[in-house]
Amino acid sequence: MPMTITEKLLADHAGLREVFPGQLVHATIDIALGNDITAPIAIKQFQKIGVKHVFDKDRVVLVPDHFAPNKDIQSAEQCRMLREFSREQHLTHYFEVGNAGIEHALLPEKGIVLPGDLVIGADSHTCTYGALGAFATGVGSTDLAAVMATGKLWFKVPESIKLIYTGRRRPWVGGKDLILYTIGKMGVDGARYQAMEFVGETIRRLPMDDRFTMANMAIEAGAKNGIFIPDPTTAAYVKRRATREFRFYRSDPKAIYREVMEFNLDQIEPQVALPHSPENVRGISEVGEISIDQAVIGSCTNGRISDLKQAASILKGKKAAPGVRLIIIPATPSIYREAMKKGYFDIFLNAGGVISPPTCGPCLGGYMGVLGKGERAVATTNRNFIGRMGHQESEVILSNPSVAAASAVLGRLAGPEELGIEQE
Amino acid sequence: MSRSRENDTPMVFKGTVWKFGHNIDTDVIIPARYLNDSDPVSLAEHCMENANSGFSLKMKPGDLIAAGSNFGCGSSREHAPIALKAKGVSCIIAETFARIFYRNAFNTGLPILESRDAVMGIKEGDTIQVELETGRILNLDTGRSFQAAPVPEFMRQILKDGGLIPHIIRRGSG
Repeated sequence: MPMTITEKLLADHAGLREVFPGQLVHATIDIALGNDITAPIAIKQFQKIGVKHVFDKDRVVLVPDHFAPNKDIQSAEQCRMLREFSREQHLTHYFEVGNAGIEHALLPEKGIVLPGDLVIGADSHTCTYGALGAFATGVGSTDLAAVMATGKLWFKVPESIKLIYTGRRRPWVGGKDLILYTIGKMGVDGARYQAMEFVGETIRRLPMDDRFTMANMAIEAGAKNGIFIPDPTTAAYVKRRATREFRFYRSDPKAIYREVMEFNLDQIEPQVALPHSPENVRGISEVGEISIDQAVIGSCTNGRISDLKQAASILKGKKAAPGVRLIIIPATPSIYREAMKKGYFDIFLNAGGVISPPTCGPCLGGYMGVLGKGERAVATTNRNFIGRMGHQESEVILSNPSVAAASAVLGRLAGPEELGIEQE
Repeated sequence: MSRSRENDTPMVFKGTVWKFGHNIDTDVIIPARYLNDSDPVSLAEHCMENANSGFSLKMKPGDLIAAGSNFGCGSSREHAPIALKAKGVSCIIAETFARIFYRNAFNTGLPILESRDAVMGIKEGDTIQVELETGRILNLDTGRSFQAAPVPEFMRQILKDGGLIPHIIRRGSG
Protein backbone atom coordinates (compact mmCIF):
# COMPACT_ATOMS: atom_id res chain seq x y z
CA MET A 1 0.00 0.00 0.00
CA PRO A 2 1.43 3.44 -0.88
CA MET A 3 1.99 5.60 2.20
CA THR A 4 2.79 9.20 3.10
CA ILE A 5 5.97 10.11 4.97
CA THR A 6 3.90 10.49 8.16
CA GLU A 7 2.34 7.03 7.75
CA LYS A 8 5.71 5.38 7.02
CA LEU A 9 7.30 6.96 10.06
CA LEU A 10 4.48 5.86 12.36
CA ALA A 11 4.41 2.35 10.85
CA ASP A 12 8.15 1.86 11.40
CA HIS A 13 8.00 3.13 14.97
CA ALA A 14 5.03 0.87 15.71
CA GLY A 15 6.80 -2.15 14.22
CA LEU A 16 4.18 -2.49 11.47
CA ARG A 17 4.62 -2.92 7.72
CA GLU A 18 1.86 -0.45 7.00
CA VAL A 19 -0.67 1.77 8.74
CA PHE A 20 -3.76 3.65 7.56
CA PRO A 21 -5.35 6.91 8.74
CA GLY A 22 -7.56 6.43 11.78
CA GLN A 23 -5.61 3.38 12.99
CA LEU A 24 -4.49 3.45 16.63
CA VAL A 25 -0.86 2.45 17.04
CA HIS A 26 1.46 2.05 20.00
CA ALA A 27 4.77 3.53 18.91
CA THR A 28 8.33 3.78 20.23
CA ILE A 29 9.53 7.31 20.95
CA ASP A 30 13.00 8.52 19.88
CA ILE A 31 13.01 11.80 21.81
CA ALA A 32 10.70 13.11 24.56
CA LEU A 33 10.88 16.76 25.57
CA GLY A 34 9.62 18.91 28.42
CA ASN A 35 10.13 22.51 29.54
CA ASP A 36 9.88 24.47 32.78
CA ILE A 37 6.10 24.94 32.39
CA THR A 38 5.10 21.40 31.45
CA ALA A 39 7.81 19.17 32.94
CA PRO A 40 7.02 19.92 36.62
CA ILE A 41 3.57 18.30 36.19
CA ALA A 42 5.12 15.46 34.16
CA ILE A 43 7.74 14.82 36.85
CA LYS A 44 5.04 14.67 39.57
CA GLN A 45 3.02 12.25 37.41
CA PHE A 46 6.13 10.16 36.66
CA GLN A 47 6.84 9.88 40.37
CA LYS A 48 3.25 8.75 41.01
CA ILE A 49 3.62 5.91 38.49
CA GLY A 50 6.38 4.58 40.71
CA VAL A 51 8.96 3.75 38.02
CA LYS A 52 12.49 4.42 39.25
CA HIS A 53 14.27 5.41 36.06
CA VAL A 54 13.33 7.12 32.81
CA PHE A 55 13.23 4.74 29.85
CA ASP A 56 16.46 6.15 28.37
CA LYS A 57 18.56 8.93 29.87
CA ASP A 58 19.78 9.99 26.42
CA ARG A 59 16.27 10.40 25.03
CA VAL A 60 14.47 12.44 27.68
CA VAL A 61 15.30 16.11 27.15
CA LEU A 62 14.50 18.91 29.59
CA VAL A 63 14.93 22.57 28.66
CA PRO A 64 14.08 25.40 31.04
CA ASP A 65 13.27 28.13 28.52
CA HIS A 66 9.81 29.61 29.10
CA PHE A 67 10.34 31.54 32.34
CA ALA A 68 14.11 31.01 32.55
CA PRO A 69 16.41 32.70 33.57
CA ASN A 70 13.96 32.43 36.46
CA LYS A 71 11.51 35.31 36.33
CA ASP A 72 10.24 34.96 39.89
CA ILE A 73 10.33 32.63 42.90
CA GLN A 74 7.65 30.30 41.58
CA SER A 75 9.47 29.95 38.24
CA ALA A 76 12.69 29.31 40.13
CA GLU A 77 10.98 26.47 41.98
CA GLN A 78 9.71 24.96 38.73
CA CYS A 79 13.19 25.16 37.17
CA ARG A 80 14.63 23.64 40.33
CA MET A 81 12.38 20.61 39.85
CA LEU A 82 13.81 20.10 36.34
CA ARG A 83 17.37 20.52 37.57
CA GLU A 84 17.00 18.05 40.44
CA PHE A 85 15.14 15.49 38.35
CA SER A 86 17.77 15.73 35.58
CA ARG A 87 20.56 15.17 38.11
CA GLU A 88 18.78 12.29 39.79
CA GLN A 89 18.03 10.60 36.45
CA HIS A 90 21.46 11.47 34.95
CA LEU A 91 19.81 13.01 31.89
CA THR A 92 22.31 13.67 29.10
CA HIS A 93 20.31 16.54 27.67
CA TYR A 94 19.44 19.00 30.39
CA PHE A 95 20.32 22.57 29.54
CA GLU A 96 21.17 25.04 32.29
CA VAL A 97 21.00 28.81 31.78
CA GLY A 98 24.01 29.75 29.66
CA ASN A 99 23.67 26.61 27.56
CA ALA A 100 19.90 26.71 27.28
CA GLY A 101 17.93 28.27 24.48
CA ILE A 102 14.40 28.11 23.14
CA GLU A 103 13.81 24.36 22.94
CA HIS A 104 12.62 24.17 19.34
CA ALA A 105 15.62 26.11 18.06
CA LEU A 106 18.03 24.34 20.42
CA LEU A 107 17.23 20.66 19.78
CA PRO A 108 17.76 20.72 15.99
CA GLU A 109 20.86 22.91 16.38
CA LYS A 110 22.40 20.37 18.81
CA GLY A 111 21.51 17.44 16.57
CA ILE A 112 19.29 15.96 19.30
CA VAL A 113 16.33 15.57 16.94
CA LEU A 114 17.05 14.09 13.52
CA PRO A 115 15.28 13.13 10.29
CA GLY A 116 13.11 10.04 10.66
CA ASP A 117 12.68 10.45 14.43
CA LEU A 118 9.41 10.12 16.29
CA VAL A 119 9.43 13.01 18.75
CA ILE A 120 6.89 14.00 21.37
CA GLY A 121 7.15 17.10 23.49
CA ALA A 122 5.02 18.60 26.20
CA ASP A 123 4.88 21.79 24.18
CA SER A 124 2.55 22.36 21.26
CA HIS A 125 5.32 23.75 19.04
CA THR A 126 7.14 20.41 19.12
CA CYS A 127 5.79 20.12 15.57
CA THR A 128 8.76 22.35 14.55
CA TYR A 129 10.98 19.27 14.04
CA GLY A 130 8.83 18.18 11.10
CA ALA A 131 11.09 20.56 9.15
CA LEU A 132 13.76 17.85 9.37
CA GLY A 133 11.46 15.11 8.11
CA ALA A 134 10.67 13.83 11.61
CA PHE A 135 7.23 13.02 12.98
CA ALA A 136 6.96 15.46 15.87
CA THR A 137 3.88 16.36 17.86
CA GLY A 138 2.89 18.17 21.04
CA VAL A 139 1.31 16.34 23.97
CA GLY A 140 0.36 17.16 27.55
CA SER A 141 2.38 16.57 30.69
CA THR A 142 0.71 13.26 31.56
CA ASP A 143 1.52 11.80 28.13
CA LEU A 144 5.12 12.97 28.63
CA ALA A 145 5.17 11.22 32.02
CA ALA A 146 3.92 8.00 30.42
CA VAL A 147 6.66 8.21 27.79
CA MET A 148 9.35 8.97 30.36
CA ALA A 149 8.29 5.78 32.12
CA THR A 150 7.76 3.47 29.13
CA GLY A 151 9.32 5.01 25.99
CA LYS A 152 6.05 4.43 24.18
CA LEU A 153 2.80 6.24 23.43
CA TRP A 154 -0.41 5.57 21.50
CA PHE A 155 -1.24 7.61 18.43
CA LYS A 156 -4.11 7.84 15.99
CA VAL A 157 -2.58 7.83 12.50
CA PRO A 158 -3.62 11.18 10.99
CA GLU A 159 -4.92 11.79 7.51
CA SER A 160 -2.54 13.96 5.48
CA ILE A 161 -3.09 17.20 3.62
CA LYS A 162 -0.61 17.91 0.82
CA LEU A 163 0.27 21.59 0.47
CA ILE A 164 2.05 22.38 -2.78
CA TYR A 165 3.90 25.68 -3.12
CA THR A 166 4.93 26.92 -6.56
CA GLY A 167 6.35 30.12 -7.99
CA ARG A 168 9.05 32.51 -6.98
CA ARG A 169 9.08 34.16 -3.57
CA ARG A 170 9.02 37.95 -3.78
CA PRO A 171 11.51 40.00 -1.74
CA TRP A 172 11.01 39.76 2.05
CA VAL A 173 8.68 36.80 1.68
CA GLY A 174 9.85 33.82 3.73
CA GLY A 175 8.62 30.80 5.65
CA LYS A 176 6.56 32.96 8.03
CA ASP A 177 4.63 34.51 5.15
CA LEU A 178 4.01 31.13 3.53
CA ILE A 179 2.62 29.63 6.71
CA LEU A 180 0.54 32.70 7.67
CA TYR A 181 -0.91 32.76 4.16
CA THR A 182 -1.71 29.05 4.44
CA ILE A 183 -3.37 29.40 7.87
CA GLY A 184 -5.33 32.38 6.54
CA LYS A 185 -6.71 30.12 3.81
CA MET A 186 -7.27 27.00 5.96
CA GLY A 187 -8.36 28.52 9.27
CA VAL A 188 -7.15 27.65 12.76
CA ASP A 189 -8.85 24.28 12.67
CA GLY A 190 -8.41 23.61 8.94
CA ALA A 191 -5.95 20.80 9.63
CA ARG A 192 -7.36 19.65 12.97
CA TYR A 193 -6.03 16.17 13.79
CA GLN A 194 -4.21 15.95 10.44
CA ALA A 195 -0.70 15.98 9.03
CA MET A 196 0.34 18.95 6.89
CA GLU A 197 2.90 17.89 4.28
CA PHE A 198 4.73 20.83 2.71
CA VAL A 199 6.01 20.19 -0.83
CA GLY A 200 6.61 21.85 -4.20
CA GLU A 201 9.31 23.64 -6.13
CA THR A 202 9.28 26.66 -3.78
CA ILE A 203 9.75 24.38 -0.79
CA ARG A 204 12.70 22.61 -2.43
CA ARG A 205 14.44 26.01 -2.66
CA LEU A 206 13.43 27.05 0.86
CA PRO A 207 16.26 27.39 3.42
CA MET A 208 16.20 25.29 6.60
CA ASP A 209 15.38 28.20 8.94
CA ASP A 210 12.27 29.00 6.90
CA ARG A 211 11.20 25.37 7.02
CA PHE A 212 11.44 25.39 10.82
CA THR A 213 9.24 28.50 10.86
CA MET A 214 6.59 26.80 8.72
CA ALA A 215 6.55 23.49 10.59
CA ASN A 216 6.48 25.43 13.87
CA MET A 217 3.09 26.94 13.04
CA ALA A 218 1.38 23.78 11.75
CA ILE A 219 -0.30 23.59 15.19
CA GLU A 220 -1.83 27.02 14.49
CA ALA A 221 -3.92 25.30 11.79
CA GLY A 222 -4.83 22.61 14.33
CA ALA A 223 -2.49 20.03 12.77
CA LYS A 224 -1.08 17.04 14.60
CA ASN A 225 2.20 17.47 12.74
CA GLY A 226 3.74 19.41 9.89
CA ILE A 227 6.36 17.68 7.80
CA PHE A 228 8.87 18.27 4.99
CA ILE A 229 10.46 15.64 2.76
CA PRO A 230 14.18 15.59 3.64
CA ASP A 231 16.43 16.69 0.77
CA PRO A 232 19.98 18.01 0.21
CA THR A 233 19.15 21.12 2.28
CA THR A 234 18.18 18.84 5.19
CA ALA A 235 21.30 16.72 4.66
CA ALA A 236 23.57 19.77 4.75
CA TYR A 237 21.95 20.88 8.01
CA VAL A 238 22.17 17.56 9.86
CA LYS A 239 25.48 16.19 8.62
CA ARG A 240 27.62 18.35 10.93
CA ARG A 241 25.24 17.89 13.87
CA ALA A 242 24.15 14.26 14.00
CA THR A 243 25.93 11.90 16.37
CA ARG A 244 23.61 8.95 15.78
CA GLU A 245 22.01 7.37 12.73
CA PHE A 246 19.07 8.98 11.03
CA ARG A 247 16.80 8.12 8.15
CA PHE A 248 15.25 10.02 5.26
CA TYR A 249 11.64 9.05 4.57
CA ARG A 250 9.64 10.20 1.58
CA SER A 251 6.00 9.86 0.55
CA ASP A 252 5.12 7.33 -2.13
CA PRO A 253 3.95 8.94 -5.38
CA LYS A 254 0.57 7.23 -5.04
CA ALA A 255 0.08 7.97 -1.33
CA ILE A 256 -3.45 9.04 -0.42
CA TYR A 257 -4.22 12.54 0.81
CA ARG A 258 -7.41 13.85 2.34
CA GLU A 259 -6.90 17.07 0.45
CA VAL A 260 -4.37 18.69 -1.89
CA MET A 261 -3.99 22.47 -1.85
CA GLU A 262 -1.82 24.51 -4.20
CA PHE A 263 -0.41 27.96 -3.57
CA ASN A 264 1.34 30.06 -6.21
CA LEU A 265 3.63 32.58 -4.57
CA ASP A 266 4.37 34.87 -7.52
CA GLN A 267 2.00 37.56 -6.24
CA ILE A 268 2.19 36.97 -2.48
CA GLU A 269 3.53 39.86 -0.37
CA PRO A 270 4.63 39.72 3.31
CA GLN A 271 1.70 38.58 5.43
CA VAL A 272 0.53 39.56 8.91
CA ALA A 273 -2.03 38.07 11.29
CA LEU A 274 -4.10 40.74 13.03
CA PRO A 275 -5.58 40.28 16.54
CA HIS A 276 -6.74 37.90 17.91
CA SER A 277 -6.23 34.85 15.71
CA PRO A 278 -3.45 33.44 13.52
CA GLU A 279 -6.07 32.98 10.78
CA ASN A 280 -6.87 36.72 10.65
CA VAL A 281 -4.30 37.19 7.87
CA ARG A 282 -3.77 40.12 5.49
CA GLY A 283 -1.13 41.21 3.00
CA ILE A 284 0.99 44.01 4.45
CA SER A 285 -0.32 46.51 1.87
CA GLU A 286 -3.89 45.95 3.06
CA VAL A 287 -3.52 46.79 6.74
CA GLY A 288 -3.94 50.58 6.81
CA GLU A 289 -2.63 52.73 9.65
CA ILE A 290 -2.05 50.64 12.79
CA SER A 291 0.24 52.16 15.42
CA ILE A 292 2.45 49.95 17.59
CA ASP A 293 4.02 50.23 21.04
CA GLN A 294 6.45 47.34 20.82
CA ALA A 295 8.23 45.12 18.30
CA VAL A 296 9.45 41.67 19.37
CA ILE A 297 11.88 39.74 17.17
CA GLY A 298 12.54 36.23 18.47
CA SER A 299 10.74 33.02 19.57
CA CYS A 300 10.79 29.40 18.40
CA THR A 301 9.18 30.67 15.20
CA ASN A 302 11.61 33.40 14.17
CA GLY A 303 14.56 33.69 16.55
CA ARG A 304 17.16 32.03 14.29
CA ILE A 305 20.20 33.60 12.69
CA SER A 306 18.58 34.31 9.32
CA ASP A 307 15.72 36.04 11.14
CA LEU A 308 18.17 38.28 13.01
CA LYS A 309 20.05 38.94 9.77
CA GLN A 310 16.81 40.06 8.15
CA ALA A 311 16.04 42.36 11.08
CA ALA A 312 19.59 43.76 11.01
CA SER A 313 19.41 44.53 7.31
CA ILE A 314 16.30 46.65 7.95
CA LEU A 315 17.54 48.33 11.14
CA LYS A 316 21.05 49.16 9.90
CA GLY A 317 21.61 52.90 10.36
CA LYS A 318 18.03 53.42 11.53
CA LYS A 319 16.30 53.99 14.85
CA ALA A 320 13.14 52.62 16.36
CA ALA A 321 10.44 55.31 16.31
CA PRO A 322 10.05 57.30 19.54
CA GLY A 323 7.79 55.41 21.91
CA VAL A 324 8.40 52.02 20.29
CA ARG A 325 10.15 49.41 22.40
CA LEU A 326 12.28 47.11 20.25
CA ILE A 327 13.09 43.75 21.83
CA ILE A 328 15.40 41.23 20.15
CA ILE A 329 15.65 37.69 21.47
CA PRO A 330 18.22 35.36 19.84
CA ALA A 331 16.79 31.87 20.32
CA THR A 332 19.95 30.03 21.47
CA PRO A 333 23.41 30.87 22.85
CA SER A 334 25.09 29.94 19.55
CA ILE A 335 22.70 32.14 17.55
CA TYR A 336 23.38 34.88 20.12
CA ARG A 337 27.15 34.57 19.62
CA GLU A 338 26.89 34.44 15.85
CA ALA A 339 24.68 37.54 15.76
CA MET A 340 27.19 39.32 17.98
CA LYS A 341 30.15 38.31 15.77
CA LYS A 342 28.35 39.44 12.63
CA GLY A 343 27.85 42.90 14.13
CA TYR A 344 24.07 42.68 14.41
CA PHE A 345 24.15 43.67 18.08
CA ASP A 346 25.67 47.07 17.25
CA ILE A 347 22.92 47.59 14.70
CA PHE A 348 20.20 46.62 17.19
CA LEU A 349 21.67 48.71 20.01
CA ASN A 350 22.17 51.73 17.73
CA ALA A 351 18.54 51.37 16.71
CA GLY A 352 17.56 51.69 20.38
CA GLY A 353 16.77 48.02 20.78
CA VAL A 354 17.36 45.80 23.77
CA ILE A 355 18.82 42.29 23.42
CA SER A 356 17.38 39.62 25.67
CA PRO A 357 19.03 36.35 26.67
CA PRO A 358 17.48 33.34 24.94
CA THR A 359 14.00 32.75 26.41
CA CYS A 360 10.38 32.38 25.32
CA GLY A 361 9.75 35.40 27.58
CA PRO A 362 7.13 37.76 26.19
CA CYS A 363 5.74 35.42 23.52
CA LEU A 364 3.42 33.86 26.10
CA GLY A 365 3.20 36.89 28.34
CA GLY A 366 5.83 35.67 30.78
CA TYR A 367 8.31 38.49 31.10
CA MET A 368 10.95 40.48 29.16
CA GLY A 369 8.36 42.63 27.37
CA VAL A 370 4.84 42.00 28.69
CA LEU A 371 2.18 44.36 27.31
CA GLY A 372 0.04 46.72 29.39
CA LYS A 373 -3.62 47.62 28.92
CA GLY A 374 -4.41 48.86 25.43
CA GLU A 375 -0.88 48.29 24.11
CA ARG A 376 -0.13 46.70 20.76
CA ALA A 377 2.92 44.74 19.61
CA VAL A 378 4.06 43.44 16.28
CA ALA A 379 5.85 40.17 16.98
CA THR A 380 7.58 37.43 15.02
CA THR A 381 5.98 34.90 17.39
CA ASN A 382 3.27 32.36 16.60
CA ARG A 383 0.14 33.27 18.59
CA ASN A 384 -1.90 36.44 18.92
CA PHE A 385 -4.68 35.12 21.15
CA ILE A 386 -6.41 37.47 23.62
CA GLY A 387 -3.97 38.35 26.40
CA ARG A 388 -1.20 36.19 24.94
CA MET A 389 1.55 38.78 25.50
CA GLY A 390 0.14 40.40 28.60
CA HIS A 391 -2.96 42.39 29.56
CA GLN A 392 -6.21 40.97 28.23
CA GLU A 393 -6.84 44.29 26.51
CA SER A 394 -3.47 44.24 24.70
CA GLU A 395 -2.99 43.15 21.11
CA VAL A 396 -0.42 41.15 19.13
CA ILE A 397 0.13 41.21 15.38
CA LEU A 398 2.16 38.36 13.91
CA SER A 399 4.69 39.03 11.15
CA ASN A 400 8.04 38.07 9.69
CA PRO A 401 11.23 39.73 11.08
CA SER A 402 11.55 42.29 8.27
CA VAL A 403 8.02 43.58 8.85
CA ALA A 404 8.56 43.69 12.63
CA ALA A 405 11.80 45.67 12.12
CA ALA A 406 10.29 48.07 9.57
CA SER A 407 7.29 48.59 11.86
CA ALA A 408 9.62 49.42 14.75
CA VAL A 409 11.29 52.13 12.60
CA LEU A 410 8.03 53.62 11.35
CA GLY A 411 6.07 53.27 14.60
CA ARG A 412 3.22 51.58 12.77
CA LEU A 413 2.60 48.28 11.06
CA ALA A 414 4.59 48.49 7.80
CA GLY A 415 6.57 46.43 5.34
CA PRO A 416 10.26 46.89 4.47
CA GLU A 417 9.38 48.11 0.99
CA GLU A 418 8.09 51.35 2.54
CA LEU A 419 11.65 51.98 3.71
CA GLY A 420 12.94 51.31 0.22
CA ILE A 421 15.28 48.55 1.40
CA GLU A 422 16.16 45.75 -1.01
CA GLN A 423 16.70 42.24 0.29
CA GLU A 424 20.32 41.08 -0.06
CA MET B 1 -7.77 -3.45 30.93
CA SER B 2 -11.00 -2.57 32.75
CA ARG B 3 -13.03 -4.11 35.50
CA SER B 4 -16.27 -6.00 35.04
CA ARG B 5 -19.31 -4.00 34.02
CA GLU B 6 -21.03 -4.41 37.39
CA ASN B 7 -18.61 -1.90 38.89
CA ASP B 8 -19.27 0.49 36.08
CA THR B 9 -21.94 2.87 37.33
CA PRO B 10 -23.09 5.36 34.69
CA MET B 11 -21.49 8.77 34.96
CA VAL B 12 -24.25 11.37 34.95
CA PHE B 13 -23.82 15.11 35.37
CA LYS B 14 -26.48 17.75 35.98
CA GLY B 15 -25.84 21.46 36.18
CA THR B 16 -26.03 24.94 34.73
CA VAL B 17 -24.41 25.74 31.40
CA TRP B 18 -21.83 28.42 30.64
CA LYS B 19 -21.53 29.07 26.92
CA PHE B 20 -18.46 30.03 24.92
CA GLY B 21 -17.76 30.52 21.20
CA HIS B 22 -15.45 28.86 18.69
CA ASN B 23 -11.67 28.38 19.00
CA ILE B 24 -11.47 28.88 22.77
CA ASP B 25 -7.68 28.59 23.15
CA THR B 26 -5.73 27.45 26.18
CA ASP B 27 -4.43 31.01 26.77
CA VAL B 28 -8.08 31.93 27.35
CA ILE B 29 -8.72 28.88 29.55
CA ILE B 30 -5.66 29.60 31.72
CA PRO B 31 -3.42 32.55 30.78
CA ALA B 32 0.31 31.77 30.68
CA ARG B 33 1.00 34.50 33.23
CA TYR B 34 -0.23 32.02 35.86
CA LEU B 35 1.84 29.07 34.66
CA ASN B 36 4.70 29.78 37.07
CA ASP B 37 2.60 27.59 39.36
CA SER B 38 1.06 24.18 38.72
CA ASP B 39 -1.15 23.98 41.83
CA PRO B 40 -4.69 23.09 40.64
CA VAL B 41 -6.40 25.30 43.24
CA SER B 42 -4.49 28.47 42.32
CA LEU B 43 -4.90 27.73 38.60
CA ALA B 44 -8.68 27.33 39.08
CA GLU B 45 -8.99 30.91 40.38
CA HIS B 46 -8.00 32.28 36.96
CA CYS B 47 -9.88 29.84 34.81
CA MET B 48 -11.44 31.40 31.65
CA GLU B 49 -10.65 34.93 32.85
CA ASN B 50 -9.49 36.13 29.41
CA ALA B 51 -12.93 35.24 27.98
CA ASN B 52 -15.32 35.93 30.87
CA SER B 53 -13.83 37.58 33.93
CA GLY B 54 -16.88 36.66 36.04
CA PHE B 55 -16.71 32.94 35.32
CA SER B 56 -14.37 31.93 38.06
CA LEU B 57 -16.29 33.97 40.66
CA LYS B 58 -19.81 33.00 39.66
CA MET B 59 -19.67 29.41 38.44
CA LYS B 60 -20.79 26.72 40.85
CA PRO B 61 -19.11 23.34 41.16
CA GLY B 62 -20.91 20.92 38.89
CA ASP B 63 -21.68 23.54 36.21
CA LEU B 64 -20.98 22.56 32.62
CA ILE B 65 -19.45 24.32 29.63
CA ALA B 66 -20.89 24.27 26.11
CA ALA B 67 -18.65 25.68 23.39
CA GLY B 68 -18.17 25.86 19.62
CA SER B 69 -15.59 24.17 17.48
CA ASN B 70 -11.89 23.58 18.23
CA PHE B 71 -12.19 24.03 22.02
CA GLY B 72 -8.77 23.98 23.72
CA CYS B 73 -6.69 24.94 20.68
CA GLY B 74 -3.23 26.44 21.06
CA SER B 75 -0.70 25.45 23.68
CA SER B 76 -0.37 21.92 25.05
CA ARG B 77 -0.60 23.09 28.66
CA GLU B 78 -2.30 20.44 30.77
CA HIS B 79 -2.95 23.27 33.20
CA ALA B 80 -6.06 24.02 31.08
CA PRO B 81 -8.08 20.87 31.85
CA ILE B 82 -6.53 20.81 35.35
CA ALA B 83 -7.84 24.33 36.05
CA LEU B 84 -11.31 23.57 34.67
CA LYS B 85 -11.56 20.38 36.68
CA ALA B 86 -10.26 21.98 39.88
CA LYS B 87 -12.80 24.79 39.44
CA GLY B 88 -15.51 22.14 39.48
CA VAL B 89 -16.54 22.08 35.81
CA SER B 90 -18.22 18.66 35.60
CA CYS B 91 -18.23 18.20 31.83
CA ILE B 92 -17.54 20.09 28.61
CA ILE B 93 -19.65 19.71 25.49
CA ALA B 94 -18.16 21.23 22.35
CA GLU B 95 -18.79 20.98 18.62
CA THR B 96 -15.20 19.73 18.35
CA PHE B 97 -12.06 19.71 20.51
CA ALA B 98 -8.47 20.50 19.52
CA ARG B 99 -6.45 17.28 19.58
CA ILE B 100 -3.95 17.95 22.36
CA PHE B 101 -6.73 19.20 24.65
CA TYR B 102 -8.78 16.09 23.84
CA ARG B 103 -5.97 13.80 25.03
CA ASN B 104 -5.21 15.99 28.04
CA ALA B 105 -8.85 16.04 29.18
CA PHE B 106 -9.03 12.23 29.42
CA ASN B 107 -5.53 12.04 30.89
CA THR B 108 -6.52 14.43 33.69
CA GLY B 109 -9.98 12.95 34.21
CA LEU B 110 -12.12 15.79 32.80
CA PRO B 111 -15.22 14.42 30.97
CA ILE B 112 -15.84 15.82 27.49
CA LEU B 113 -18.34 15.11 24.69
CA GLU B 114 -18.66 16.30 21.12
CA SER B 115 -22.09 17.31 19.81
CA ARG B 116 -22.83 20.20 17.49
CA ASP B 117 -26.60 19.75 17.89
CA ALA B 118 -26.40 19.96 21.66
CA VAL B 119 -24.26 23.10 21.56
CA MET B 120 -26.76 24.71 19.17
CA GLY B 121 -29.71 23.66 21.34
CA ILE B 122 -28.36 24.87 24.69
CA LYS B 123 -28.35 28.48 25.92
CA GLU B 124 -26.21 29.94 28.68
CA GLY B 125 -27.98 29.38 31.99
CA ASP B 126 -29.91 26.29 30.85
CA THR B 127 -29.88 23.31 33.16
CA ILE B 128 -28.82 20.13 31.41
CA GLN B 129 -28.18 16.50 32.23
CA VAL B 130 -25.43 14.48 30.57
CA GLU B 131 -24.96 10.70 30.55
CA LEU B 132 -21.45 9.76 29.51
CA GLU B 133 -22.25 6.09 28.99
CA THR B 134 -24.97 6.73 26.40
CA GLY B 135 -23.86 10.15 25.16
CA ARG B 136 -27.37 11.46 25.86
CA ILE B 137 -27.62 15.17 26.64
CA LEU B 138 -30.95 16.45 27.97
CA ASN B 139 -31.86 20.13 28.18
CA LEU B 140 -34.06 20.14 31.29
CA ASP B 141 -35.34 23.66 30.54
CA THR B 142 -36.59 22.92 27.04
CA GLY B 143 -37.08 19.17 27.25
CA ARG B 144 -34.99 18.66 24.10
CA SER B 145 -32.50 15.85 24.04
CA PHE B 146 -29.38 15.38 21.95
CA GLN B 147 -27.14 12.45 21.16
CA ALA B 148 -23.33 12.68 21.29
CA ALA B 149 -21.04 9.76 20.49
CA PRO B 150 -20.85 7.87 23.80
CA VAL B 151 -17.49 7.70 25.59
CA PRO B 152 -16.12 4.15 25.12
CA GLU B 153 -15.92 2.05 28.26
CA PHE B 154 -12.13 2.00 28.57
CA MET B 155 -12.02 5.79 28.36
CA ARG B 156 -14.86 6.10 30.89
CA GLN B 157 -12.78 3.99 33.23
CA ILE B 158 -9.90 6.45 32.89
CA LEU B 159 -12.31 9.27 33.76
CA LYS B 160 -13.82 7.36 36.69
CA ASP B 161 -10.37 6.70 38.09
CA GLY B 162 -9.56 10.41 37.90
CA GLY B 163 -7.18 10.35 34.94
CA LEU B 164 -4.56 8.20 33.24
CA ILE B 165 -2.00 8.00 36.06
CA PRO B 166 -4.44 6.97 38.83
CA HIS B 167 -5.95 4.57 36.27
CA ILE B 168 -2.54 2.95 35.62
CA ILE B 169 -1.79 2.75 39.34
CA ARG B 170 -5.18 1.22 40.13
CA ARG B 171 -5.49 -1.16 37.21
CA GLY B 172 -1.89 -1.71 36.28
CA SER B 173 -2.25 -0.83 32.62
CA GLY B 174 -2.86 2.16 30.36
